[in-house]
Amino acid sequence: MRTPPSDGARRLGRTTTRRAAEAVVRAIIHVCGWLAIVILAAIAIFLAWNSVRAFGEAGLGTMLSGTAWYPTSDPGKFGMLPLILGSLFVTGVALAVSVPVGVAAAVFISEFSGPGVKDVMKSIIEFMAAVPSVVYGLIGVAVVIPLVKDVFALNSGMTALTGGIVLGVMSLPTVISISEDALHAVPFDLRQGSAALGNTRWQTTFKVTVPAAGSGIFAAVMLGLGRAIGETMAVLMLTGNAAVMPTTVLESVRTMTGTIAAEMGEVVQGGLHYSVLFAVGLVLFAITFTINLAADLVLERQRKRWRR
Amino acid sequence: MDLRKFVAPALAALLLAGTMALAGCSAEEPASEAEPTAEGAAEELEGSITVQGSDTLLNVATAWSESFMDENPGVDISVQGGGSGTGIAALINGTVDFANSSRGIKDEEIAEAEGKGMDIVEHSVAIDGIAVVVNPANGVSNLSLDELGRIFRGEVTNWKDVGGADAEIVLLSRDSSSGTYEYFKEAVVGEDFEYAASAKLLPSNQAIAGEVTANEAGIGYIGLGYITPDVKVVAVDDVVATVETAADGTYPISRYLYMYSDGEPEGVMAAYLDWILGAEGQQLVEDEGFVPLP
Repeated sequence: MRTPPSDGARRLGRTTTRRAAEAVVRAIIHVCGWLAIVILAAIAIFLAWNSVRAFGEAGLGTMLSGTAWYPTSDPGKFGMLPLILGSLFVTGVALAVSVPVGVAAAVFISEFSGPGVKDVMKSIIEFMAAVPSVVYGLIGVAVVIPLVKDVFALNSGMTALTGGIVLGVMSLPTVISISEDALHAVPFDLRQGSAALGNTRWQTTFKVTVPAAGSGIFAAVMLGLGRAIGETMAVLMLTGNAAVMPTTVLESVRTMTGTIAAEMGEVVQGGLHYSVLFAVGLVLFAITFTINLAADLVLERQRKRWRR
Repeated sequence: MDLRKFVAPALAALLLAGTMALAGCSAEEPASEAEPTAEGAAEELEGSITVQGSDTLLNVATAWSESFMDENPGVDISVQGGGSGTGIAALINGTVDFANSSRGIKDEEIAEAEGKGMDIVEHSVAIDGIAVVVNPANGVSNLSLDELGRIFRGEVTNWKDVGGADAEIVLLSRDSSSGTYEYFKEAVVGEDFEYAASAKLLPSNQAIAGEVTANEAGIGYIGLGYITPDVKVVAVDDVVATVETAADGTYPISRYLYMYSDGEPEGVMAAYLDWILGAEGQQLVEDEGFVPLP
């Protein structure tokens, strides 16, 4: 005769299996967590390793301070300053477009729109993020280049401004979504408290909710900035790519990303120019890494504030 | 990168249809013994060839491979773009049989290949005529090579100095990595000089043609195959860029396009190269807007 397992034994059996499963899952999750860090470190090491020749032969200081980018001349001139400034100019314009529009849109969606409108708008913004950058580039070529040329009476519409406007539009989804999340995370008690003190809805929004979500909105802006500085295809099509030291946004600029994308295919692999392109990548990586880190620290500060 | 990549399959399909139609009509071909009907043809080619490199050559290389595979069902040819440097690196790494290149191989690359015991052989497969184009509204219709050099070096910055209207010249160049950029620098700007820093570097021939169409003060250079009715071709030293003037050498701005192999090609590779250099291959060169070898 079989004796049915006692209740206690059955419970113990289940717990053991569950524990084993938990251990496996925990191990997998640990590995995944570390994997992201390993990949990031591997990218940095890979870039640095391939840049060694550039550091040795062209010199990091010379490259960072050089103002002439003629990589295919003999000997090549690898001054990165026009490229760094080009990226900064385009990104600056992009921020000037995406921050006011993006934050205002987030405030509207979070604070003033009804539930139906809110859902529709959020879907549309998600769709904006899904449009390939080459499509934004094509629209820029067809619409923004002629517009900038006519409005500013320039001899060419391929400028930092053109690229920046399109990049600003492209980084809108990032800015809007994250700002909206930050506003949404502001505890409802704050709004009610403000209303109880006799503030109108506008006063509540601009004096209480937006300042309370301030660091989250800042993080949104930083991530939008990261998106803009890393974008390649659209700027390659729109900014004219002349490696001049820009003085205004109405000049043509060459960005770091555009330079890497345009030149990598044709260079002698393993050559000096190839290595210099990796060095450009390393500079870009350092910039975006710093931006993302800053955004993360700020977000963390906000999380801590509401946890209290 | 190059938008032409997206058009390439469509063009290749069109060409395939075209060559099929031609094959149906043409009466006598030297290779008529190798008609598809001759099942037991004595020397049916078999094998596979991999080709990688220049985006400039991508369309014509695809057209070659399609036609050649059509005639020789036993042969499998794969063609990839990616750029001249990518192709030559792949050849040196032994991953492809032929590298397409729109520039001559560099000393650095030869040294690397020799280090691996390779003997890189250069084959000129087509000529690329490079036309200087301006907006149709521009009054200038002829420039000397010297004037062009001064324009692209940034020494002449206004159209009125070369017989045009009073407007600042907008320089449009291919990107610094392109073989065309380097060739134009050698042929026009001058080895020891640089392009004017204000020159806008555009990623493709179409981008230059598009901007010249839209900008009355623009001047740029594009491959003969990319000339559209919306741009005006400027004669250089009184010679207008056409397939004929580029082929006979009277037009001063034209260059060779190359395929590289490790050692002299043998077997199916030799047959493919001979076919490319023969009448059919060179006809495709012309169909794609390049200049056949004389």
